Amino acid sequence: MTVTEDAATLAPAKEVGQPRRRKEDARLITGRTTWTDNMVLPGMLHLAVVRSPVAHARITGIDVSAAQQAPNVVAVFTGRDLAEEQGSIPCAWPVTPDMVNPGHPSIAVDQVNHVGEAVAIVVGRSKAAATDAVELVDVDYEILPPVLDMEAAVAEGADLVHDQLESNTSYHFVFDAGEAGTGADTEQAFADAEVVVSRRLVQQRLIPAFMEPRSVVVQPQGDNFTMWSATQIPHVLRVMLAMVTGVPEHKLRIIAPDVGGGFGGKLQVNPEEVLALLLARRLGKPVKWTETRSESLMAAHHGRGQVQFIDIASDREGNVKGLRVRLLADMGAYLRLITPGVPALGAFMFPGIYKFPAYRFECDGVFTNKVPTDAYRGAGRPEATFAIERIMDELAVELGMDPLELRRKNWIQAEEFPFTTVAGLEYDSGDYEQATQKALELLGYDELRAEQQRRRESGDPVQLGIGFSTFTEMCGLAPSRVLGSLSYGAGGWESASIRMLPTGKVEVVTGSTPHGQGHETAWSQLVADQLGVPFEDVEVLHGDTAVSPRGMDTYGSRSLVVGGTAVVKAAEKVVAKARKVAAHLLEASEDDLEFADGKFSVRGTPGATVGIQEIALAVFAAHNYPEDVEPSIDAEATFDPVNFSFPHGTHLCAMEVDTDTGMVKIRKYACVDDVGTVVNPLIVEGQVHGGLAQGIAQALYEEAVYDADGNLTTGSFVDYLVPSAADLPHFDTANTVHAAPGNPIGAKGVGEAGCIASTPAVVNAALDAVRHLGVSDILMPLTPERVWRAIHQGGDGGDRATAGTNAYGGAQTESTAGVSTPASSLGGDR
Amino acid sequence: MIPAPFAYARPTTVDEALQAIAEGGEDVKILAGGQSLIPVMRLRLAAPETVVDLSKVSELRGVREDGDSLVIGAMTTHADVVRDPLIQQYAPLIAEATETVADRQVRHRGTFGGALAHADPAGDLPAVALALDAEFVIAGQNGRRTVPAADFFVDYLTTALEEGELLVEIRVPKLTGQWGMRYEKFNRVAQAWSIVAVAAAVRREDGHIAEARIGLTNMGPTPLRARATEAALAGAAATPEAIAEAARSAAEGTSPSSDLNAQADYREHLVQVLTRRAVSAAAGL
Ligand SMILES: Cc1cc2nc3c(=O)[nH]c(=O)nc-3n(C[C@H](O)[C@H](O)[C@H](O)COP(=O)(O)OP(=O)(O)OC[C@H]3O[C@@H](n4cnc5c(N)ncnc54)[C@H](O)[C@@H]3O)c2cc1C
Repeated sequence: MTVTEDAATLAPAKEVGQPRRRKEDARLITGRTTWTDNMVLPGMLHLAVVRSPVAHARITGIDVSAAQQAPNVVAVFTGRDLAEEQGSIPCAWPVTPDMVNPGHPSIAVDQVNHVGEAVAIVVGRSKAAATDAVELVDVDYEILPPVLDMEAAVAEGADLVHDQLESNTSYHFVFDAGEAGTGADTEQAFADAEVVVSRRLVQQRLIPAFMEPRSVVVQPQGDNFTMWSATQIPHVLRVMLAMVTGVPEHKLRIIAPDVGGGFGGKLQVNPEEVLALLLARRLGKPVKWTETRSESLMAAHHGRGQVQFIDIASDREGNVKGLRVRLLADMGAYLRLITPGVPALGAFMFPGIYKFPAYRFECDGVFTNKVPTDAYRGAGRPEATFAIERIMDELAVELGMDPLELRRKNWIQAEEFPFTTVAGLEYDSGDYEQATQKALELLGYDELRAEQQRRRESGDPVQLGIGFSTFTEMCGLAPSRVLGSLSYGAGGWESASIRMLPTGKVEVVTGSTPHGQGHETAWSQLVADQLGVPFEDVEVLHGDTAVSPRGMDTYGSRSLVVGGTAVVKAAEKVVAKARKVAAHLLEASEDDLEFADGKFSVRGTPGATVGIQEIALAVFAAHNYPEDVEPSIDAEATFDPVNFSFPHGTHLCAMEVDTDTGMVKIRKYACVDDVGTVVNPLIVEGQVHGGLAQGIAQALYEEAVYDADGNLTTGSFVDYLVPSAADLPHFDTANTVHAAPGNPIGAKGVGEAGCIASTPAVVNAALDAVRHLGVSDILMPLTPERVWRAIHQGGDGGDRATAGTNAYGGAQTESTAGVSTPASSLGGDR
Repeated sequence: MIPAPFAYARPTTVDEALQAIAEGGEDVKILAGGQSLIPVMRLRLAAPETVVDLSKVSELRGVREDGDSLVIGAMTTHADVVRDPLIQQYAPLIAEATETVADRQVRHRGTFGGALAHADPAGDLPAVALALDAEFVIAGQNGRRTVPAADFFVDYLTTALEEGELLVEIRVPKLTGQWGMRYEKFNRVAQAWSIVAVAAAVRREDGHIAEARIGLTNMGPTPLRARATEAALAGAAATPEAIAEAARSAAEGTSPSSDLNAQADYREHLVQVLTRRAVSAAAGL
């Protein structure tokens, strides 16, 4: 990859820009670290959750007596036992004033609303004892009709997920540019348009599938509780758990030790976290719960899940005139932390990089009898990017225009930044043409187009296509005031502090809790440059509310942009404090001091220097320091951005489609991302690769499939297909650099870019390969069967059979095995 | 997840193993490489009373020649099969198919005999054994018996193995003459089971196809032979047209299932394409 260093704001950059290997990786990769499930405490009890095997039912009885008498079982609790104290899983994002929230019990009391919902909890002296007793809990269910399909759920007379509610709609959220004053009247724009293209697109449900399963340990000590949890959000969790359970916030300490991935899937207040805290309080003993992979797939929140109706208006020359989006967004059975907010966040990204004069967005949040959805890498923005990048291709086809020419004609020009879009966002910086040119070169675009032509003419059974995605995203979540205006329950600032130790070593405390991103390395690079100390002298502390008391954690590509900036600001304060001490020690005026490479020196007096690490010792001894200051150069800072940052890029995919079998194969993938200033090119490239893998997986492999009874049939990795390196192509990546004006680092965020951009590039490429055979859409994931059907039978490839494969004797999840009905078609030959 | 409790025996000879099986109670399971059995136990789809682990029975490991046959011990791992010189020489189809099984880690533990005894219709090796007319040597309390592949695979996950019996070895006739072989596997991600696969062995004589043996994976509850295609190929010209024509009947007599990866009609289509490809490659086209 190449990095263009034309706009680095931290000159002279010594560490920033270096491809440092991540200092945390050795322990993460070898597992010689404190994963939550590695925790062993004296007297610790183990929890196992009895989960509903049915999607929708009234609980008419639970018999726990056999389980209670099982060997080494301490206690068994049902929802009734905990009903008074469990409160509701919090929803921090009421997107409309009249949003309907039915409440979310951590453990079902009267009714279950999705397969995998907790109905009882066994406490055992060992994990095995608790697990064995799960099967002894006997629950009687009075089955209710499951509500699974969103379009059916919002139809007249639909069965209800929550029968105390009037409908399955939680909210109706509208953003209308005309009403907001950020654009023209959308209905008028469509009425006047020469060309209108409309499509119904589907964003399937996905499962975050982080590597480390969720795990939680709670230790009571007097009236205090310490919780270790595999969470992305220890700080948010502390506040929320205090509010839900009534354990006072100052009596609750949360530790996120090393955490093995999250992708938004651990941006949650999990029912099991609430239950572990309640049971530790009740029993007065430490408890642990660690999920199985089957539980994780079934009961941890899912992502995506939208039906998108999108209309685009333009004139015959291809100048876009208006965009209209109507979404059905699958909430699942309940609202979790930011369930309703995910599609609402996406609302602002549908216009993409294009200059639409008019825009209207409407979204219905719809309840279904499935596990709740919530954040998953990109959260709202991949859905929006997919829709706009797909519809731009459809419009190009309608107009008979080259899809790149259409994009060029409508995208914001480099000289127009900062640019306020029809959705009211102020895009900060970038150059779409430059990134696109570079990506075309990387791909070898002209040659591939020529080959595509040859294959078409010769009627080759393997056809070739090229797909574009010229995307942007909003990152650096988030300006607190903007979050407030969107009714989000918290702010978007971040906090950092720096402690100068007597030996000159540096402790950096960050509120942005990592779970695999490489914060320890990047923050060390930032601090090494700011303080002029060696990279190795910096230690980064995080993830413990007692060590890092203030923070908003890690999600939304915010850590470097917001959390890294807080670190830089804290370092600036350290230098300012040290300057006073240096002036005192050097008997010079502060104004005559220069600070470079970690040393203060007196201008024009060679040899009169003192290092910042020496100053640390001097203030520790505190024998000799200025009268008017405290003997410390430690500092802390909180940074609240005033705007989002807007990474952008051009992703190009060349795809081979075997028309005999429908198998698709990525021939080449090239992307050029502008993520602002690059602090560590290795980390940036790693984030892009991981994001691409997940975005490509949405296009080709992954889908959470439920059968007609609401059983999750992709209940193991046999059927929920996560691709490995063997299934992915080589990635040709590069960057352009337009520094973000909104923070001193100039960084825009890279955590989600690959995931957001790649999905439409891949689908557009497959369609480009077979468009001449009459195919205009294929549902995701593009299974070979769907591609083959679309080519040979028309349509979008249609629904997949819902039965899991028969490998492993039909590897259903524990709780779904054996509850099929004829309608759920559990499989051909079982 | 944690399997239900079970008793465990680890014999070192076939006789000891048979003894342990006889004494193991109602529900005894034999453990080979554990790559299918352990997941099923962890998911609690199986909860045997006793598990008899064959990993220390060294007489069950390895490949040898016995006259016109290759003899493959049931406990020979996939990894050992892939690099065995005798298999490379006389039955490269087995090695080719085994290389497509799962990933390195699974191939290091999983065994040839375990995969056949498991009789997963999506597993790759049953169709290969069927195509090569392998024979299964089974040991029981009353001595040994030999079952031809055509009778070994009875139904979904069901074989001719009776309670108390053990698969000891698999005898594969050495193929002599001008044979070519090919395993065509169709799956979505690298380490996955076959959606459909075709094992083909083709003998050529004077520019013609003298004989073709074609085994089908995952086209029904058991592995199948594509008899109609085999018949059409016997004596046919070794041309793309003749092979394509013969491959059109590859789905005859199959009864594939419908699942997430493929509905039955698509499997019937796939098997024709894959048969054409496998036979063409095996015939050297
Ligand atoms: C991730 C993964 C991917 C896989 N992908 C594939 C694939 O692509 N293709 C494929 O073909 N397979 C695949 N497999 C299965 C693999 O080939 C297994 O090794 C094989 O199916 C079983 O072999 P095993 O030795 O592990 O048997 P085990 O799991 O130990 O046993 C399987 C069954 O056979 C019985 N059994 C074993 N040995 C004997 C014996 N000597 N006599 C009587 N009964 C016996 C056992 O009791 C059990 O019921 C995969 C497995 C995994 C975990």
